[in-house]
Amino acid sequence: MRKAIDVSIGVVQEMKPLDKVMQKMAEHKGCGMSAGSGKASCGSAAGQGDLAPEVWEKVKNHPCYSEEAHHHYARMHVAVAPSCNMQCNYCNRKYDCANESRPGVVSEKLTPQQATRKVLAVASAIPQMTVLGIAGPGDPLANPEKTFKTFELISKAAPDIKLCLSTNGLALPDHVDTIKNLNVDHVTITINMIDPEVGAEIYPWIFYKHRRIKGREAAKILTERQLQGLDMLTERGILCKVNSVMIPGINDRHLVDVNKAVKSRGAFLHNIMPLISSPEHGTVFGLTGQRGPSAQELKDLQDSCEGQMNMMRHCRQCRADAVGLLGEDRSAEFTTEKIMAMDVNYDADTRKAYQQMVEQERRSKVAARQDGLSQLAGETSDIRVLVAVATQGSGRINEHFGHAREFQVYELSTGGAKFVGHRRVDLYCRGGYGEEDSLPTVIRAINDCHAVFVAKIGGCPRGELIQAGIEPVDRYAHEFIEQSAFAWFKGYLDRVKRAEIRHAARGDADIRQGAYVVA
Amino acid sequence: MAYKIVKSQCTACAACEPECPNNAIREKDGTFIIKPEKCTECIGYFDDPQCVAVCPVENTCIIDAGCPRYQATA
Repeated sequence: MRKAIDVSIGVVQEMKPLDKVMQKMAEHKGCGMSAGSGKASCGSAAGQGDLAPEVWEKVKNHPCYSEEAHHHYARMHVAVAPSCNMQCNYCNRKYDCANESRPGVVSEKLTPQQATRKVLAVASAIPQMTVLGIAGPGDPLANPEKTFKTFELISKAAPDIKLCLSTNGLALPDHVDTIKNLNVDHVTITINMIDPEVGAEIYPWIFYKHRRIKGREAAKILTERQLQGLDMLTERGILCKVNSVMIPGINDRHLVDVNKAVKSRGAFLHNIMPLISSPEHGTVFGLTGQRGPSAQELKDLQDSCEGQMNMMRHCRQCRADAVGLLGEDRSAEFTTEKIMAMDVNYDADTRKAYQQMVEQERRSKVAARQDGLSQLAGETSDIRVLVAVATQGSGRINEHFGHAREFQVYELSTGGAKFVGHRRVDLYCRGGYGEEDSLPTVIRAINDCHAVFVAKIGGCPRGELIQAGIEPVDRYAHEFIEQSAFAWFKGYLDRVKRAEIRHAARGDADIRQGAYVVA
Repeated sequence: MAYKIVKSQCTACAACEPECPNNAIREKDGTFIIKPEKCTECIGYFDDPQCVAVCPVENTCIIDAGCPRYQATA
């Protein structure tokens, strides 16, 4: 396994015959892209160094745990768990808008029976949906009966679907054995602090042992329960990811300590997410004007934790009823009303055949990446640039600039390409509506990038991007992302060498806070 | 007196329902209601009324001044 890492970080002089490389790559199927420093680049990148093969087997097709897999496999959440046992200053349960994309928000809640029907309906319509998560809209473990009944029904009806849940951890120690017995593969715990002083700024209260407990006392109980739960899960061999919300001025520096604490307790992946805090969400932080981090601040914190453990950078902070690939939400196609009317034909064989096709596509992508990387062999340069990519999935540049709801951002260096995140934008092209206003928003969202890769782009936005110093690149339409990025980067370095262009650093970029407008 | 739930405030999260020691809370027309004749304000069970303590929206579970205080039958 170690060899596969070396290959993926571009030690091309040691390259094995391609078929061997392919085999190794196929075994690991992780992100495989990495910084020149050789550090892990994302959820599933070079992490095999400290992960057992059986762990890889579990995460390789999980879109939330493997950056590479998230281009190919879809997930869904079922909103069976409305209750919560605590209050967070970044959450407001009262506000509930269909256009809103953030955790804690759903359009309708489901019974375990309805949820099972929905899972079968989605699994039939979207064969690459491999993961079912329960993430709320409250806390799954504050609704243990509904949560566990749902898992039980789904594991009987669709045994090929992986189960996972996301919790605040307060009730976790009470339920670890049930989680184990139900074969839940992955658990995510949201841990924003390990210091009760910091916690008191984030959590106004918890409901614990029939009491509402506030302030430092509440945060102390919470952190003890979270870390105890994490210990218990890892002891039992259940994979744990830790989510943390980055709140500038409150826990941003502290998250480095959180990272060390969860790493030492066996969490295998850390996902630091930006605070979402628009005033219109009605959260405490939204109303007090607490800001979220900029793209650069988030990346710096993620980079500083990266030496400790694998960092996840592809999280979309999705709704508790999201359906589809990360970055897309097809939940509106699967409302209770619609699924009840659907002709559901759950066919495990068809799903398997489709997934084999996906695996074929992934293998081609790995080969293409390797081919692209070999073009950079012998190049030495300290230049690092960020590029934005418009994609609909499959690891290809296959989205029109104006249709992109988000851009994926990669950092390119002579050592390789590294996925560093995504930037959500409203649709720029919405049938002429609001076009003039939205282009500057898009530019601000990718302002730290030197180029944007698209399948197609109109003349007007092309001009404005160039004016803003971002090169629009459409000559790799429908090609694989990394391979194209390497080819472009080689050309960029050549142009710098010939002094045709001068390499200059770019500025910071915005992380979009507002409502996600679905066209 | 008993507690009541302000309908316009209720998010229907159902957190209160299993916490009530008297089984006084149920869903009705999309939100939750407290049956006043069953509510004991949690006296004799807990220090705090459980619906108030667990509700995520402030001032949603409130004292219903229109209901006489619960009297345990001898």
